[in-house]
Amino acid sequence: MEAGKSPIIEVRRLTKSFGTQRVLEAISLDVYPGEVMVVIGGSGCGKSTLLRHLIGSLPPDQGSIKMFGAEITTMSEAEINKIRKRFGVVFQSGALFNSLSVGENVALPLREHTQLDASTIETMVKIKLELVGLRQHLDKMPAMLSGGMKKRAGLARAIALDPQILFYDEPTSGLDPVTAAEIDQLIVDLTRKLNVTSMVVTHQMDSAFTIAHRMCMLDSGRILKIGPRQEFESLRGSNPDQLHGEQDRLVRQFLRGDAQGPITERRTAGGYEDDLLKISLRHDV
Amino acid sequence: MRQSDSASDWEIKTAIRPIAALGRFTLGAGRRAFSMLGRMSLLFGEALCCTAKGLIVPAQRIRRDALMAQMVRVGVRAVPIVILAQMAIGMILTLQMFPKLDEFGQPEQLATINAIAGFRELGPFLTALVLCGFAGASIAAELGTMVTAEEIEALQASALNPVRFLVVPRLLATVIMTTMLTVIADVVMIASGMLTAVKLGIDSDIYFQLTLEAVDIMSFATGLIKAAVFGLLIGLIACFLGLSVKPWQGSQGVGRATTNAVVYGIVAIIVADAVFTLIFYSYGLFD
Ligand SMILES: Nc1ncnc2c1ncn2[C@@H]1O[C@H](COP(=O)(O)OP(=O)(O)OP(=O)(O)O)[C@@H](O)[C@H]1O
Ligand SMILES: [Mg+2]
Repeated sequence: MEAGKSPIIEVRRLTKSFGTQRVLEAISLDVYPGEVMVVIGGSGCGKSTLLRHLIGSLPPDQGSIKMFGAEITTMSEAEINKIRKRFGVVFQSGALFNSLSVGENVALPLREHTQLDASTIETMVKIKLELVGLRQHLDKMPAMLSGGMKKRAGLARAIALDPQILFYDEPTSGLDPVTAAEIDQLIVDLTRKLNVTSMVVTHQMDSAFTIAHRMCMLDSGRILKIGPRQEFESLRGSNPDQLHGEQDRLVRQFLRGDAQGPITERRTAGGYEDDLLKISLRHDV
Repeated sequence: MRQSDSASDWEIKTAIRPIAALGRFTLGAGRRAFSMLGRMSLLFGEALCCTAKGLIVPAQRIRRDALMAQMVRVGVRAVPIVILAQMAIGMILTLQMFPKLDEFGQPEQLATINAIAGFRELGPFLTALVLCGFAGASIAAELGTMVTAEEIEALQASALNPVRFLVVPRLLATVIMTTMLTVIADVVMIASGMLTAVKLGIDSDIYFQLTLEAVDIMSFATGLIKAAVFGLLIGLIACFLGLSVKPWQGSQGVGRATTNAVVYGIVAIIVADAVFTLIFYSYGLFD
């Protein structure tokens, strides 16, 4: 963002395949301290996979990931755990510990990673749950929560240790508009007041434009476009005839959510008849 | 000439094909079994490390409430089944042995037979089988579900080690509970054998006396050692299979892990039992 600051997350030529499927292809991106980086892209384009690499739960095939200036891809589990205590993750499904109550879920990182006494932890749990509007549900078990409540409880757990970086995988999908706006506001507040750095994967374009400082669009494992929010905003409002690059037209369609455009054309152009024939051939063998 | 050559070639190839397939299958299964044993040993090693650290380092101590919860979950529900099974076995063995022993004029030796069979073999063995069905299945299903629900990943992302957090309390619980339930099983079998024998007209004082003579500390101790190892196998196999479920395998993967935990568990218990018996007898522990 501002010149002179060194990135807090630095990804270089990150490549990953599952079997023969190339899911990430030479991804390079920087996230600077105190900014909100929003990652957008179609379903299955590799957004969650990118996040999994950043939190150290998937090893890359190639490339490097630096966090707080340290290379995490070659770290031992003990070393990477030191880094993990400095960031929080909100999973796509919430990923609450189902055997623990909501309050215990939030208390767990505090109990395990700090020396705080029980009553202090209880207070902190209440504060975090109040932030996401779940204080009354402290004693409920995760299975008794709705999908949106699970996600908010997951957020409360992610901010339990006051992390410096927060990763969100679709924090507002499946939430009602008001709660979604509240979560957006929370992300903005955390960034502004506590200088938290956030990386947010989302499908909600209005939410993306509300919170982003910079945005990045992925498409089948590659970065189509990365830049400040204003660039994406002007691209969304632009006239398609004035755009020259194929890439810009792809991004524009995605941002506007148009049913017609280069993305849909590409999907239908992919040799549909050949594909059908191939299937019937395979049955013969 | 050439044609007949290739014909016989073909015949040989067809004849060999099933054998080759069998060979390939055996090699593949062998390789998989070895790789599984290897990875399971690694898990065991890590669990041992975590347990040792938990005893020494205060910050990594094993949480007592987690251990208690697991012990209750593993053991308590199995108690009635263990008692029922041992009562039946004690009665059956007594009834079946009585006519022959009576023929030899030594019906009171029922006590000796019951004591030896119960303490050395049937107590630990049957308890382990019951717990394998109860605890092994439920542990594998639980951990497998946690994998598919991204809970394990969330643990790791919170810098919490799943082995220390999930595996260690479950292993300790299966070891402790198999051992404790074996003590119960031993007592129940002796009592049930005695009741049946008394009904058959054997004096209860003599029966009791003979039982005490037959049950040396060695029989009791080796039975408990066996029980502890069986418990360890049940827990280790269940934890390993549960954690080996891959997120994309979904409920199918969980189902397979659950069944396998019971099947592999039973096989492991039987093999370990045979090995123990060989070792004990070749060292002459019971002479
Ligand atoms: N563990 C895995 N093994 C095999 N393939 C995988 C695995 N994880 C993800 N994939 C594949 O990688 C691709 C990208 O998946 P990913 O979950 O990153 O998508 P996404 O961008 O997060 O999509 P969505 O917006 O729907 O969450 C998909 O095609 C998926 O099938
Ligand atoms: Mg995703």
